[in-house]
Amino acid sequence: MSARFIRLFFARGQALRAPSFMLAYIVRRLLWLPVLLILISLITFALGIYGPGDPVQVMMGLHARPDIIAQVRKEYGLDQPFPVQYWNYMTNALHGNFGYSLVKYQGQRVSDLIAKRLPVTLQLNLVSVCWSLPLAIALGIFAALKRKSWLDVFLRGMVILAVSIPVIGLQPVLTFLFSRKHEIGPMTLGPFLPVGGWGGIFSPQVILPAFILGLGVLAVFTRQTRAAMIEVLNADYVRTARAKGLKEWMVLGRHALRNALIPLVTLIGFVLAGMFAGSFIIESFYGIPGVGQLAYDALISKEYYIIMAFTLMIAVVYVLMNLLIDILYVFVDPRIRYK
Amino acid sequence: MAVTAPALTAPPEIETEPRAAWRETWRRFARNRPALVGLVVIILLFLTALFGPALAPYSYAKTDLDSVNAPPSAKHWLGTDDLGRDMLTRMIYGARSVAFVIVIVATVSLTLGVTMGALAGYFGGATDTFISRLIDVLFAFPELLFIFFIAATIKPAIVNNLKAFAQANDLLWLVEFVRSGYADYLVVMLALSVLGWAGLARLVRAQFLSLREKEFVLSAQAVGVPGHKIILRYLLPNAMAPIIVAISMGLGGIAIAEGVLAYLGIGLQPPNPSWGNILADNVGRHWRDWPDMLWLVFIPVIIITTVVLAFNFVGDGLNEALNPEL
Repeated sequence: MSARFIRLFFARGQALRAPSFMLAYIVRRLLWLPVLLILISLITFALGIYGPGDPVQVMMGLHARPDIIAQVRKEYGLDQPFPVQYWNYMTNALHGNFGYSLVKYQGQRVSDLIAKRLPVTLQLNLVSVCWSLPLAIALGIFAALKRKSWLDVFLRGMVILAVSIPVIGLQPVLTFLFSRKHEIGPMTLGPFLPVGGWGGIFSPQVILPAFILGLGVLAVFTRQTRAAMIEVLNADYVRTARAKGLKEWMVLGRHALRNALIPLVTLIGFVLAGMFAGSFIIESFYGIPGVGQLAYDALISKEYYIIMAFTLMIAVVYVLMNLLIDILYVFVDPRIRYK
Repeated sequence: MAVTAPALTAPPEIETEPRAAWRETWRRFARNRPALVGLVVIILLFLTALFGPALAPYSYAKTDLDSVNAPPSAKHWLGTDDLGRDMLTRMIYGARSVAFVIVIVATVSLTLGVTMGALAGYFGGATDTFISRLIDVLFAFPELLFIFFIAATIKPAIVNNLKAFAQANDLLWLVEFVRSGYADYLVVMLALSVLGWAGLARLVRAQFLSLREKEFVLSAQAVGVPGHKIILRYLLPNAMAPIIVAISMGLGGIAIAEGVLAYLGIGLQPPNPSWGNILADNVGRHWRDWPDMLWLVFIPVIIITTVVLAFNFVGDGLNEALNPEL
């Protein structure tokens, strides 16, 4: 997803000012949190239950006998009224049971399926962030220092290009450009490195997916670091630091960079959301057994206990994460408290 | 003819002022080469979408089994896919699909977003609380997840009910509409719009909150201008620039979302062509044969990227033209 899309769709509210206002704001957010979580679960559950039709139908196929269907419905508690079903589902969910797989992994607990695959996705995303984030910050600083140089112009073009190529296009093109086909055996990256599948974070299979996933982060963070750094370099305290004769690396490292990095904290939430979306597509393309692939399979085969569990988990993590970031931001940036 | 002296007729100057402001904006925009090129690409996209059926040399589903996987030639400018369907035709129809989605999503999210944001920002109080909390709930779902979820859960139900309703009432056009695959799309577009309006409403609300405190609004209130007039005549024109920028910057994202959804098989359904499912078809079937069939993968990717780039450039250009202080 492009950064623009994210910015429009997740535009933040206005800046915060007085400390008392800040405290009240956090308290209000915390009080609102349980209500928000209940609303989210209610929406997810209502859409999940009434949406795709009958889970029993999904499980047993179109030609099952009606009396057997009725019996299975009773067994699963699907004949109960909505509030009872919701209550049961939520109490089970809070105990870590999100129901069972209906088709592909029939009988397995959804929580087990997700728990087994989550580490793969997390590792893939970790690798992506590890290469892209430091590089982005370095490039952003560099572009800000050498403003209007050819490097800056080049980086700006690259950033715009990177947010404009959708993952669905980047993936086949990169795979094509860098991989070879052979008479026998799988395609390879270069002459011999395997492509597709999962072999841990140090295996060569990780290169292409991690590169593609990291590219979005690279683009967004390069641009933001550059913008923040330019703003900070024009600030009075940097001029003061220079005027009192500090070494350039100290001016940049101690005074400029530390302040420039603060706004980047707020981007963490966007990055998480973007990476989730990316792994959805990338994992199913390269056959990586992570949660993205699981969710995609579930989507195609209407395994909606999995979809529900997945939506619920991501939404809750996302809400908590954003709250945490907003609170964290106040502590990282004292100016917000004392303004 | 006598030369009229304009010196003493002051009022016209005031009247032409807003127009002059727009002309100035346009002048700044036109100085930005990439933005101009982007604008041309976008106009071409919409013209292609509008006149698609007249421009397309073949039917989008017509298979030519004598030339399967044919490279670009005089007969098929962009080659054919593995069913012998003309790629140029399919790309033209894909442009229709993307333009359709962009127009609908942008219109719905603009209307809803501005209305809700304006109400929340101007009236404050309970209205604001309700709308803001609603936005909070919508924002709790990461955007693609939300669309996937809608597509997986309520889409089949809505499409099936629509079909049943149409058949029960003998509404032939509705049956055709559902069959053509656009009903699938309506649901997905609804999901996209719902997310779009929330982001926009937040922006408009923030704008209104700060504008509401300005002196010209206070004075309007003091002389008794009614609320709806203050919103429409005083606040909205002043909040226009950020709204235009936000919308234009979101359009590229909508184009990508349309492609991604079709690629994943939850947007427009084949054989109806969308750039996303053209790409998915060609990539899926030619995983091992790409080196010999470049056009099948590269043409959709290049065209999607060009269009998104165009939208991003125009968005950037508008941003710079409307916020000269940046």
